Amino acid sequence: MLFLLGYTYFHHMNYLTSIGRYAIMIKDVFKKPTKWRIMKSLILKEVDELIFGSLGILIFIAFFMGAVVAIQTALNITSELIPKNLVGFATRQSIILEFAPTFCSIIMAGKVGSYITSSIGTMRVTEQIDALEVMGVNALNYLVFPKIIALCLYPFIISIAMYVGIFGGWMAAVFGGFSTSADFIEGVQLDFIPFHVTYAFLKTLVFAFVLATVPSYHGFYMTGGALEVGKASTTSFVWTSVVIIVANYILTQLLLG
Amino acid sequence: MIEVNDIHKSFGDTHILKGVTTSFSKGKTNLIIGQSGSGKTVFLKCLLGLFTPEQGSISYDGKIYSEMTDEEKRNLRQEIGMVFQGSALFDSMTVEGNVKFPLEMFTKQSQSEMQDRADFVLKRVNLVDAHHKYPSEISGGMQKRVAIARAIVMNPKYLFCDEPNSGLDPKTAIVIDNLIQEITEEYDITTVINTHDMNSVMEIGKKILFLKDGLKAWEGTNKEIFKTENETVTDFVYSSDLFKKVRQMYIEERN
Repeated sequence: MLFLLGYTYFHHMNYLTSIGRYAIMIKDVFKKPTKWRIMKSLILKEVDELIFGSLGILIFIAFFMGAVVAIQTALNITSELIPKNLVGFATRQSIILEFAPTFCSIIMAGKVGSYITSSIGTMRVTEQIDALEVMGVNALNYLVFPKIIALCLYPFIISIAMYVGIFGGWMAAVFGGFSTSADFIEGVQLDFIPFHVTYAFLKTLVFAFVLATVPSYHGFYMTGGALEVGKASTTSFVWTSVVIIVANYILTQLLLG
Repeated sequence: MIEVNDIHKSFGDTHILKGVTTSFSKGKTNLIIGQSGSGKTVFLKCLLGLFTPEQGSISYDGKIYSEMTDEEKRNLRQEIGMVFQGSALFDSMTVEGNVKFPLEMFTKQSQSEMQDRADFVLKRVNLVDAHHKYPSEISGGMQKRVAIARAIVMNPKYLFCDEPNSGLDPKTAIVIDNLIQEITEEYDITTVINTHDMNSVMEIGKKILFLKDGLKAWEGTNKEIFKTENETVTDFVYSSDLFKKVRQMYIEERN
């Protein structure tokens, strides 16, 4: 019993230490900025890697996600009393409110998150971060800040994912014979609340910050060798997903509750 | 000149450095030797300011590091060059990019001035055809030379090297040793080298500090290390039969 209590205590202390260290890291990211001439090229490189590099996979996922939502909704309409435009309406709402911002962010935690953790982790293992620090470079600003700025464009790819998701739903509903094009489009336009899009983009911006910083934290503070870089990437994916899901709940409660 | 006065460093309950006092002179290759776990790396990281000692002081040309302002510490960092054990070259940059990096970060030089300086230091370390290659495309010895070029590109006053010969064949190791010694004397740099390589100790050890269990066990020159009767040093330095025979011959010759 005593062992269990001790174990739980130290386990929680570890979490608290990590949260504290993460907060200090965020503060240090914005300290002692790198020269703008260098920072500009770092940001452009990260935009290319993190934003444009993720566009293809997110479009692919969004298309099929929308298609599946449309089919599932259509198959669950069994009563004649339910209007046919519900397929379009449900697809739009699901895609804009949850699937595009949250589901895509979980996918990004795997793609972008593990890339960030492994690239920074490898720099730690091979002493490249020590080299930056010895030179007097703020390694956190140099490595993490460009990623935060690049991921500010994340809502841009999520907006594309929204369009493609709804388009995928239309394709599946119309060509699968579940709804007519007119019914689907009527549903998509029905009771549209613009704030839902604002809410989705606000959420996306918070997720973008999480996607840039949580994996960076796991890479920057890792210790060990190549094996630990792999482990850090896995841990980073788990924690980024957890933080996104918790943040999603809190933001939904705050903005829509 | 770097002066170290009674520094102590612990990690949790483990007392790594237990009060080391020494000094490293300008224009000389100062070597730190000792068994694995003797505190060499921690000592070097304290000198670099990566670890803060709990007790004692380190001064650079008379200025105590812990009493420096943030601005002074930043300026000092730009006077430090470091060659890491694994070279620590930036994978995403070419050889030239690695060498130019400190210039781009800390100077206001034009592109042509930076190019001239990079060309000069790369030529100084005998690397002329590797400007546009990436670190993964060159050999370990070439990587070490790029690391030395990057370390000296800002004209440092202090040069630190952590095991510069590890992973190199004996011939390349001698080339790297000679290069470090030449650069140290040519630019009048205070050079501190952390090493396990006994060839380096004998060849370029103008001052040798021997650490054991976090304490200074011996210090002297490469000439004195032949004569010393200190058993801890002789056990470590002459642990191989070959070195034992060399020492025996040296003593017999002297007698």
